Amino acid sequence: MHEVSLILNLLDIVEENVRKFNAKRVTHIYLKVGKLSGAEPELLKSAFEVVKKGTVIEDATLTLEVIEPLVKCLNCGYEFSPEDMVFICPRCSSAETRILKGEELLLEKMEVEK
Amino acid sequence: MEKKVINVKTELLKANDLIAKDIRDEMRRRGILLINILSSPGAGKTSLIEALIDRMRDLTLKVIEGDVETEKDAERIRNKGVEAVQITTMGTCHLEANMIKQAIAGMNMDGVDILIIENVGNLICPSGYDLGEDLRMVLLSAPEGDDKPKKYPKAFLTSHVFVITKSDLIDVLSFNPERATKEALEINPGLRVFKTSAVTGEGVDELADYIRDELEKKRGEAPS
Repeated sequence: MHEVSLILNLLDIVEENVRKFNAKRVTHIYLKVGKLSGAEPELLKSAFEVVKKGTVIEDATLTLEVIEPLVKCLNCGYEFSPEDMVFICPRCSSAETRILKGEELLLEKMEVEK
Repeated sequence: MEKKVINVKTELLKANDLIAKDIRDEMRRRGILLINILSSPGAGKTSLIEALIDRMRDLTLKVIEGDVETEKDAERIRNKGVEAVQITTMGTCHLEANMIKQAIAGMNMDGVDILIIENVGNLICPSGYDLGEDLRMVLLSAPEGDDKPKKYPKAFLTSHVFVITKSDLIDVLSFNPERATKEALEINPGLRVFKTSAVTGEGVDELADYIRDELEKKRGEAPS
């Protein structure tokens, strides 16, 4: 259960931006969570509810977008969504592949009032 | 009241990753190979480290132990005559780069060849945290079952080495090492696979040789 740690990291980044932009209130937070990130979206949501009390994100709504994995074959260029966690290219069977999407734990944007 | 959208686009683990980069830079400068060992509790991380220590007496090893509680694992390593620093995370289920940085700051790294981090026993949370390691090693013991790689894909996806441990028990269990290897390689075809037993010694020499080669390779690449 490292989702609380992750939301504490989120809070640090939000606080940094609140100071930088002189914001009064944070109203909305948009988070992208890849399916390969190792974090559980539902646990992130509960962690958010626990952590936010008494902080700058207390009144903020969390919108969480789950990102499906996308892998590119470096041999034939084919882009695919790995099925059953197989990261070998289904077209040319090459093992040389790179993950393009799905590992994100990204604070995409936030809405604030100044 | 003025409303504003701030396009933050910042990874939540950015702070951790920056510290991990510092550690990686320092280890490169010092020519130390850094290994991060991941597994579920009781898979045999400490026993494997003990077995590796016995086979690498000509090198200087140091160990950082991560546990939620107790100094037991560090004491086992110290009994082998190797310096070990225990990090007790007090409930946290993984090690973070800042904990490693602090531990390293309290250790004398002069003349060290290999620094081994034994992560908290957990196949999920530690896999998200870069500790600045050169090699991430994921262990799976025979009693855990050969169907585990796909259940914990992140650990296998982010590792360089996959070690099947307790191979002496394979015959009495229904563990199929080929199946575990096949699953692991489907997730990460680049994994180096070893089958070891700290009891019989099977595979430990091969793993130790591989680690020696990686140390040589790293030192060969390091700017003089």
